[in-house]
Amino acid sequence: MEENIKEIVVGEQEDYVINMGPQHPSTHGVLRLVVTLKGEIVKNVEPHIGYIHRGIEKMCESITYPQIIHLTDRMDYLSASINNESVCLAVEKALEVDIPDRIKVIRTIFSELTRIQSHQLFWASYGMDMGGQTCFFYGLRDRERILDIFEETTGGRMLISYNCPGGLMYDIHPNFQKRVKDFIKYFRKVLPEYDAILTGNVIFTSRTKGIGHLSLEDAISYGVTGPSGRASGFSCDVRKHEPYSAYDRVKFNEVLYTEGDTFHRYLARIEEMRESMNIIEQLIDNIPEGPYAVKMKPIIKLPEGEYFQRVETSRGELDTFVISDGNKNPYRIKFRTPCFVNLGVLNHITRDFKIADLIAIAGSLDLVIPDIDR
Amino acid sequence: MSSIIQYFREIFQGIWSLLKGMRVTSGYFFSPGKIVTQKYPNNRKDLVMFERFKGEVIMPHNENNEHKCTGCGICEINCPNGTIEVISKTIVTEDGKKKRAIDKHIYRLGMCTFCALCVKTCPSNALAFSQEFEHAVFNRSLLIKISNKPGSQLMKGIE
Repeated sequence: MEENIKEIVVGEQEDYVINMGPQHPSTHGVLRLVVTLKGEIVKNVEPHIGYIHRGIEKMCESITYPQIIHLTDRMDYLSASINNESVCLAVEKALEVDIPDRIKVIRTIFSELTRIQSHQLFWASYGMDMGGQTCFFYGLRDRERILDIFEETTGGRMLISYNCPGGLMYDIHPNFQKRVKDFIKYFRKVLPEYDAILTGNVIFTSRTKGIGHLSLEDAISYGVTGPSGRASGFSCDVRKHEPYSAYDRVKFNEVLYTEGDTFHRYLARIEEMRESMNIIEQLIDNIPEGPYAVKMKPIIKLPEGEYFQRVETSRGELDTFVISDGNKNPYRIKFRTPCFVNLGVLNHITRDFKIADLIAIAGSLDLVIPDIDR
Repeated sequence: MSSIIQYFREIFQGIWSLLKGMRVTSGYFFSPGKIVTQKYPNNRKDLVMFERFKGEVIMPHNENNEHKCTGCGICEINCPNGTIEVISKTIVTEDGKKKRAIDKHIYRLGMCTFCALCVKTCPSNALAFSQEFEHAVFNRSLLIKISNKPGSQLMKGIE
């Protein structure tokens, strides 16, 4: 009689469902992941978004085009300058304005500085996620130099609102070129330290290598762009394929890896910092003379129609789609933000890995939550 | 045998990679000249912000308590989130003409996003940014500021 009774543990055959977030240090914002676990193994990750939804696209419908610029800052706050640029380029494309070379070059330099500071913060916070406190301090120390450059020219540090339809808000500060050159000189010296501290570190490499593999086919079908997609071999750099601003006059390599694991997503960002420095070095010495803004009408009205602009932010491809009905504010504006699309692949690449790897994989996608929710 | 060699090689390579990182951090540890942090509340006196720093929107007045604002309301129209409110009044000038002038230029710091559209679009350059950045107050109503000083007048020669 007794040997027939088996010990029944309640929940033994079921999966654990736990919440990660919305306030979790490694999600860098208010992202809630509902993780289904079997023991320690991740079976399903379901992102719940919308905690920081502000309705930016809807707000844009009630304000004028120059006013939209400051809202785009608040989408992906780490590539604020590039977000500004995307709306400006769409508006300029609609109005068929010829933008002088000076504006194009300065915009490109700002975009690349933005990209470097964004990747520096990625390196800093990713290092901290992986347990290296030093990275955070070193990363922010170097990022501060770029923020000082921004602050001197634009008056803002992160949300700079520097571009406006037709050009730039102000001319560059007289110290700008010298400061940028100093920064490049400094950062070329410091970047090997990044490699010594984190890239070669045995703990870091064994936690990231061979984890969260994303194949080229999946990267394309999920639409993963930016360094995350390029680590899988997906050649998706808008700067290369559809050059805007001054990217057609500079030489740079598109950083491509074929491995597609977490470590190479990290490595792609480190290499992109080097490429960004190359781009800035080519442009900084020959900023053409000219006006810093084209004279626009006080009230900008786009002709009726649909306008589309692609730019490459530090996280991937940002598409701006404007529908105008001829009024001073857009009929509809749609942003295809890179983080929202990159988040979609998280469930696919974390499946069957351990829960500790989930932090590493989600961190390597470099998600910015306001960009997802916008 | 080769697997044992591989095992020990990996251990030594791991330790070497850690030492390489430690060399960088200890290099900074023993060179206090490279410290970049500032002791903020203590260095208030000699802390200089950049001249373009967007602290808050102010209306500069000259020594005769005169400003340049004509009360046209362009800043109010251009502000994306209703930060600025211009309340104008009608005054009678010396030669008997009726003229519009500002009564109050209300600036709500708590709503400002520092997009700089008001400063940039002002036709008479009446607005500017101050470098003040310590905005913390105990009461939210203190964030509603009146930019024009009491008794101030329009600067001569500005229409």
